[in-house]
Amino acid sequence: MDFTFHDEQNMLLETTRRYLGKDYDFAKRQQIIDGFSATAWQGFADLGLLALQVPEADDGLGGTPVDTLLVMTAMGEALVLEPYLASAVMATTLIAQLGTAQQRAALLPALLDGSLIAVPAHDEAGTRFDWTQIATRATPMADGFVLNGQKCLVAHASSAQLLLVSALLPDDRIAVFGVPCTTAGVRLVSYQTVDGVPASEVYLDQVVVTSDALFDHAGTALADMRDRALAAVCAEAVGILDKLLAATVSYARDRQQFGVVIGKFQALQHRMADMVLHCEQARSMSFLAAVRCTDADLAQRAAALSAAKVVIGQACRFVGQQAVQLHGGMGVTDELIVSHYFKRLMAIELQFGSTDQHLEAFAAQLKAA
Amino acid sequence: MDLNFSNDEQAFRQLVRNFIVHNLPDDIRHKVTRGLSLGRDDYLRWQHILHAQGWGAPSWPAAFGGPGWSATQQYIFDEESAAGGAPRAVPFGLKMVAPVLMQFGSPEQQQRHLPKILAGEEWWCQGYSEPGAGSDLASVKTRAIQDGDDYIVNGQKTWTTLGQYAQWIFCLVRTDTEVKPQRGISFLLIDMASPGITVRPIITMDGAHEVNEVWFDNVRVPVSNLVGTENQGWTYAKFLLGHERTNIAGIGIGKRELARLKRVAAQQIKHGKPLLQDPLFAARIAQIEIDLMALEITNLRVLAAEAERRTPGPEASILKIKGTEIQQAITELLVQAVGPYALPLRRDAMAEGYDGEQVGPDDATALAAGYLNMRKLSIYGGSNEIQKNIIAQMILGL
Ligand SMILES: Cc1cc2nc3c(=O)[nH]c(=O)nc-3n(C[C@H](O)[C@H](O)[C@H](O)COP(=O)(O)OP(=O)(O)OC[C@H]3O[C@@H](n4cnc5c(N)ncnc54)[C@H](O)[C@@H]3O)c2cc1C
Repeated sequence: MDFTFHDEQNMLLETTRRYLGKDYDFAKRQQIIDGFSATAWQGFADLGLLALQVPEADDGLGGTPVDTLLVMTAMGEALVLEPYLASAVMATTLIAQLGTAQQRAALLPALLDGSLIAVPAHDEAGTRFDWTQIATRATPMADGFVLNGQKCLVAHASSAQLLLVSALLPDDRIAVFGVPCTTAGVRLVSYQTVDGVPASEVYLDQVVVTSDALFDHAGTALADMRDRALAAVCAEAVGILDKLLAATVSYARDRQQFGVVIGKFQALQHRMADMVLHCEQARSMSFLAAVRCTDADLAQRAAALSAAKVVIGQACRFVGQQAVQLHGGMGVTDELIVSHYFKRLMAIELQFGSTDQHLEAFAAQLKAA
Repeated sequence: MDLNFSNDEQAFRQLVRNFIVHNLPDDIRHKVTRGLSLGRDDYLRWQHILHAQGWGAPSWPAAFGGPGWSATQQYIFDEESAAGGAPRAVPFGLKMVAPVLMQFGSPEQQQRHLPKILAGEEWWCQGYSEPGAGSDLASVKTRAIQDGDDYIVNGQKTWTTLGQYAQWIFCLVRTDTEVKPQRGISFLLIDMASPGITVRPIITMDGAHEVNEVWFDNVRVPVSNLVGTENQGWTYAKFLLGHERTNIAGIGIGKRELARLKRVAAQQIKHGKPLLQDPLFAARIAQIEIDLMALEITNLRVLAAEAERRTPGPEASILKIKGTEIQQAITELLVQAVGPYALPLRRDAMAEGYDGEQVGPDDATALAAGYLNMRKLSIYGGSNEIQKNIIAQMILGL
């Protein structure tokens, strides 16, 4: 067993943290309109963070899921709004895995230098976000395809230039299509989710794309992308959980009521001790998720990821709610970062399968010993 | 022992239910049952309708214009109001300052304010909390110094709910700094239109403007606005905090929201079946329903016990903790029920007159905001931790 990070990994974490600490503090974050700052995105590119998921063969850094874990932890700590997960982790991995040499050459350099943002558009309404259910259809035509369907809660679609739309081919094979947002027949209805992230309902009405937009045989790659994303979001949660715990303890050390600091009340001490337990259990599972998310043994992979999502979902709930509670009235205000952490944790609980969904998935594979 | 309401009480329930069905405006009912934003006029419109019926102040004795209902009747009224989709009565005038005025106010103060509160013509807010005085209310610092016929008030109140609508604020102010903190507090009625008052909004995490900071800069308040005796304010403050019993557990709201949860869960499909039939989710709903049943009986026991000995006891703390936990749990399950579609936080779509495009199921619009907003329940009105301290001290004698 080895729980250490090697020097390069420590450096990756530190440089990311340092950059975010300086150029992405809470005050600056609050000024970012519509969830995207071009300056921050360029900063990520300059640090090489956008190249992390690009294979070395494509001039990227070929990072591992553990590298992703470290970056996502820092992104969580700073509550980064930009589509790092959607574009730099999910879309980039998908293109790297599925793309032909030509497609990779056309897209990866632009993703790597920050000039292109691509986001997956996969979930559909009425499926309870079951990743295997897709109704969007792709009908072949001369030199291309016609797409029809609706994708929901597509994070960052309004900041992206390219949507990676999953759709069924006539033989029910899953494919992904690279659809520029400006294509005729693509309509976005945009709004913000609780965590301040822009999202859109994406309507595809007779959208015509050329053959080179097709990424065929996408089933496995989509599942791989989901698993990496799930691990990444677990790491993001850990970054947030740590910050919320620290903020709460520091508040409890300062805030006086009844002539003493509230941290002296044993009821609150025990509550914060419980927060520590949740944080550490979550950290452990974020490591497990990072290590197992590319496992070739699919059953072992699924069990580990579901277990991680359950533990982390429960930590999100407990630590988030207690952090607000122990801050008293201040905890519910928009002015403190605490409520913003709380809201991101609320979203993470539901992303890539809720706590209950993963609890069920885990339970379904239980066998008598 | 009989756990049924008497025939009279059941007839009373039917009367209230009919009245609400026929008199509550549809647009208000729609907002309440969907958790959409209510404005000042929504509250006032309903108060005027109730007042015209003689039901403007269910908890007031007949001598002051109340209907003279028993605690059980008030409980039934609250329950039916909530279930029928009526807005909660804004408590600050009707249920907070009014009982204090009835008990401790001068006849002039009673005549000046009570009829207007009853008629929904005077909106009140509560000026207890300060930045340094939340759970520890006795440490309020807002100063009132007598100058001729006036007090001159300086300081800051905070978390003032709906203070942006209020014409009056009742405040705890410090009138003596030399004595034990509880001994130097007075209870003062302040006209919000007085020069020197500034109200500044506090935006909460759901994006709402529900609470405010209120600043007092050399505000002149006539001495005649002092309630009772100078430096006795702590007694009145405690009287007020211990007063509201029938509705503290929010049983009616709990039932309404539970019904909403079941409605949403019946419409959501999981594995080809309504979510309401999903064993795990059904068990979660069942647990809440069972907790609510237990709380309802507990609530009725507390009311019965109080009717007998005529003084409120510390049991209200039990009702407050459990009632708020149940309401919070329901909002959590509502979010779970619609899944990620609960995440859009769209105050535009929650507001009056929105006719833009809907996102996700109809019922989902206000769920995120509802969950976020309900975090306050365990914080305000004496946090749940403080309620547990009260149980430990007053019930267990620890
Ligand atoms: C939405 C909202 C509306 C409100 N409306 C009003 C209003 O209209 N008028 C008004 O006057 N006030 C209002 N309040 C204020 C409310 O009453 C206070 O927020 C509450 O009393 C807690 O005080 P605080 O926020 O200062 O938290 P603190 O007292 O600082 O408490 C912080 C944390 O410490 C805990 N704690 C404190 N003391 C102890 C102890 N002895 N033992 C164990 N734990 C302890 C608390 O439970 C809490 O978790 C409102 C608050 C909110 C959030």
